[in-house]
Amino acid sequence: MYKYHGVIGFGVAMFSIEELLKMHGEAEREVYLDLENSAPVAPEVLEAMLPYFSEKAYGNPSITHKPGWMAYDVIQRALENFRRWLGASKAEEINFTPGETEANNLALIGAAQGNKRKGKRIVISAIEPLSILHVAEHILKPLGFDVVKIPVDEEGFINLDALDEVVNGETILVSLSAVNHEIGTIQPLREAVELVKDRRPEAVFHTDASDAYGRIPLDVGRLGVDMATVSSYKILGPRGIAALYVREGVEVERLLEGQLGTQRLWPGVENVPLIVGFQKASELIFKDFDGKTYHMRRLRDRLMDGVLNSISGALLNGPREERAPDNVNISFLGCEGEALTIELSLRGVYVSSGSACTRRLLQPSHVLTAIGRRPEEAHGSILMKVSWLHSDEDVDYVLRVLPEAVERLRGLSPLKEG
Amino acid sequence: MSRVPLPYGPRILELFRNPKNAGAMEDATVSAMAGSPICGDVIAIYLKIGEGDVIEKATFESYGCAANIATASILTEMVKGKTLREAWEITWRDVAEELGGLPSIKFHCGTLAVGALRRAIRAYYEKRGKPPWLPEEATLEEKQALEAERMGEILSRRMGGGDVERSPR
Repeated sequence: MYKYHGVIGFGVAMFSIEELLKMHGEAEREVYLDLENSAPVAPEVLEAMLPYFSEKAYGNPSITHKPGWMAYDVIQRALENFRRWLGASKAEEINFTPGETEANNLALIGAAQGNKRKGKRIVISAIEPLSILHVAEHILKPLGFDVVKIPVDEEGFINLDALDEVVNGETILVSLSAVNHEIGTIQPLREAVELVKDRRPEAVFHTDASDAYGRIPLDVGRLGVDMATVSSYKILGPRGIAALYVREGVEVERLLEGQLGTQRLWPGVENVPLIVGFQKASELIFKDFDGKTYHMRRLRDRLMDGVLNSISGALLNGPREERAPDNVNISFLGCEGEALTIELSLRGVYVSSGSACTRRLLQPSHVLTAIGRRPEEAHGSILMKVSWLHSDEDVDYVLRVLPEAVERLRGLSPLKEG
Repeated sequence: MSRVPLPYGPRILELFRNPKNAGAMEDATVSAMAGSPICGDVIAIYLKIGEGDVIEKATFESYGCAANIATASILTEMVKGKTLREAWEITWRDVAEELGGLPSIKFHCGTLAVGALRRAIRAYYEKRGKPPWLPEEATLEEKQALEAERMGEILSRRMGGGDVERSPR
């Protein structure tokens, strides 16, 4: 049993997670909307993965025996499928990594180190995920790279004029997410790529497309990006697996050294069951892309409009148009986000918040403050993502429970809505 | 910079779910507030004070996390029936212990609740004359409350925060 040792006054308090979970009781319904932070795998995905743990293809794909060749075959097929789904030219341009964080680290550090002879400037935006932002600020900057952050507008769109200004002859790498992970802004990525390539053809263009993949059309060839990160769990695949597309000819150094297998940029034994799961989750979406994304968009709109129409003092974070079909992010004034996530958890609805309190940081979400939300607005934000597995009944339940939760917490507050 | 989930104790969760003494008090003798909405933490304490400076009734309001609500609520339970002098002696550690422990990252909720209470006690004696046991200097909890408010102002200036209307008198 896991125990937390919280040091207090004169002794040590023992908190039992089990007791905490027991207090939740049986919720009338459970609706998991925290797909930003983790997700259950779709039942079909689990079914597809199971035989690969101990029944078949459990060998190392680099070794010459039957289980190894079977694993090799699975990986080759997967690489070809991902090549097709991403619009890459060659299967070898796909690299599996153990997650979005690792893929983004590989992309940024690997391309910066691989191109350092050509210049020092690295351009990102103010609203990139922390696996871009912190890598740029805490790893690349101390290594002597010149990291420049471009601002975004109040809906989270990157400022193309600012991009135009900062891309210079020293620029070696630009990393801009295709879709913002918190507020769902779909960036004008093609214009950004054209602008960068026009100014500085040698610059490597990376995009974290983890919130675009499987939700908006994405074709790395047509976009003209040099590298793209796509992640598995955000489309109901397993955690612990992602892919980094690296266009042939782009110089990227490995972060880790060890036994190289089928993956040029990531040593170690390939994780066949997770690759199969990621592949299955992708296949489920791409065989009915329009139907699945239409379903998400419809549920998103019902949830978004339902909340905004029934709760006063609610602000939509991010754009209404040009928004990812799964993303709902709303700030509730006079309501603190951590308390709201717990209140909702007790009612079976699982979400996350941009509040400083849930993040263990002193400041609220950097994305929300970058789009101009005041700290007290960011503290009351809730992020929800719908998937193709969610139903209208799930949305109905959230629309019933969320107003009650907000009302109860506001009722406790000494602050009036500003 | 980690995001380890807060394993709140059952007592905190219970008080969060069913807080005791919640709400503003219409006939309060004195009230005070501590914290800043910019930091996401505000506690208001209301006291009804009777004969012999005994606290007859105490209520709270809270804008903040689950621990914030629970600490304010437990403090209003703890002071009931106590004299102001006895209530003054309650520290944030006492509050944390009464809750069965407080995660270290939430210690400030305890200091904020006690800070608000001590402000209310000071406000009460402002009109009546300071008793000898009441220290001139601000205590740890009062300083921490001030610190939180100062940080709120800095954040507000830096990030463009606005005014928020407050209800207690």
